[in-house]
Amino acid sequence: MRKALEGSQALAQTVALCRPQVVAAYPITPQTHIVENIAKLVANGKMDCELVSVESEFSAASLVLGAACAGSRTYTASASQGILLMSEVLYNIAGLRVPMVMTCANRAISAPLSIWNDQQDSMAVRDAGWIQLYCADNQEAVDTTIQAYRISEKTELPVMVCVDGFTLTHTLEPIDIPEQEMVDQYLPAFKFSRMLDPRNPTSIGTLVSPDFYSEARHSHHHALLDAADEIIAADNDWEKLSGRSAGGLLAVDGPDDARIGILTLGSVYGTLSAARDEYPELPATSLLKLRAYRPFPADALRIACQGLTDLIVLERALSPGYGGIVAAEVHAALATGTAKPRIHSFAVGLGGRDIPLDIYRQLHERIKVAEPAPFAIIDVRLERLPVEDFGIDLTTTDASNG
Amino acid sequence: MIEVRIHGRGGQGNVVAAYLLATAAFNEGWHAQAFPAFGAERRGAPVVAFVRLNDKPIRRRCQVAAPDFLIIQDEALLQVPGITDGLKPDGCILLNSIRSKESFADTIKNNLITLPATQLATEHLGRPVPNTALLSAFIKLTGLLPQTSLSKALEERFKGEVLNKNIALIEAAATDLTAGLWQETANA
Repeated sequence: MRKALEGSQALAQTVALCRPQVVAAYPITPQTHIVENIAKLVANGKMDCELVSVESEFSAASLVLGAACAGSRTYTASASQGILLMSEVLYNIAGLRVPMVMTCANRAISAPLSIWNDQQDSMAVRDAGWIQLYCADNQEAVDTTIQAYRISEKTELPVMVCVDGFTLTHTLEPIDIPEQEMVDQYLPAFKFSRMLDPRNPTSIGTLVSPDFYSEARHSHHHALLDAADEIIAADNDWEKLSGRSAGGLLAVDGPDDARIGILTLGSVYGTLSAARDEYPELPATSLLKLRAYRPFPADALRIACQGLTDLIVLERALSPGYGGIVAAEVHAALATGTAKPRIHSFAVGLGGRDIPLDIYRQLHERIKVAEPAPFAIIDVRLERLPVEDFGIDLTTTDASNG
Repeated sequence: MIEVRIHGRGGQGNVVAAYLLATAAFNEGWHAQAFPAFGAERRGAPVVAFVRLNDKPIRRRCQVAAPDFLIIQDEALLQVPGITDGLKPDGCILLNSIRSKESFADTIKNNLITLPATQLATEHLGRPVPNTALLSAFIKLTGLLPQTSLSKALEERFKGEVLNKNIALIEAAATDLTAGLWQETANA
């Protein structure tokens, strides 16, 4: 049913529809209203699960790890420093190949201390071995959360659903919350193949000597690569039921004659899409919505870039001392292709800085150069930099983009 | 598309006001979006929230830089630089104040309506929360939505005595205002 809902509230209702048996809650900043709303649903008897209030994000992740190993479908949510505090456990969950879903309500990382939206937190755990799916709007967040349980339980890999903090979690907009019957039909009950069971004792998390460590890593890596097929299948099947796709691995929107592409992750997509209509005088542009960041859809990206002369990679995070994180991978993915567009690497909207429609025009201006400039934070305000930083032209600093 | 910027202070129900307006419009068939620009939340600090209403899906997520309407929940906020920035030339300001519009600066008084919303809220709710009174006035002045849309939106969020007192408050708040006074701006 379509309702006007705040993103966090919609996600709480959606999680309830997925019938998790254990939810770990550490509802303190940096958090969202998601677990608070889940607590209300449980208190009002509208959701039947074990809701455990824990003492830190490290414990939240540990608790869902244990519960999932015991065979429960689990859920938790965090953001920012909370994700960092969880990071040791996140690696364990993935390395142990334990299925679960968590929401990362993307927020900046301190210092400087910030509570606002960017995507440095999920990027910081990029290599933890989780599937990472990014959502462009709250409807995608709802649909992706449901799909994530299916993907996770089929692949025995945890899924992090990345939802821009504030920009999505605190925005009220029309959202279609699916019927329980539809979700039940789509999502069978969870049965963990390696469930801890006293009748059939096994150990998990044991020491692995050099004799087998490489093989475990190899298997994990290939499981993630293979998960791409399940991500596509889960989205296709959900589309058949609900009429909505959440974008598969990578969604492309634009005219066939577009020679310029802009690749984004998350909610900035909507602003760029609206901006494209507001600036019809600018060259035809394709918008590439990277939904699956792990596994990285290199093949889909190569196909999407056919015919492009310029590809702008617009990110909400950076690797200090290098530059664009996603852009580096895009460079690598396109290195072997036939038609390699010029790649322009920019970060924008860090620590919650508003991303106006005009950014679309600025991007088109920025790429009118003989050679792509090195990585730049496109909306940095030079007059706000410390005096000693003046004299550094940020568009030509030696931050290589590969 | 109609864009509204709501200025208030932490504790005045700024975000709730934005959510209520968007919910009321959504229930009347509009596409609606509401979101806050949070600071570090604390009572009394200046806060801003945004509402967009459209007949098409709303894709942009940038803050509202050039609003059609400003709702200001505390007249002292007029002293904060930038409060009225970007207001469209025909844009209108609804201000919570016990003063008449004539007592305000020439730069803003043309399209200004004042409402003693804190006073009204204190009378009806026993609490100085001006948000619902201002919304009621906004809906009457713009003629964008039926007055009943606000009470319906309130019913989704509140119940019992709080709801009943708010219903009485929003009726009182709209009584003396000219229906559709801002219709031209709303339809522009």
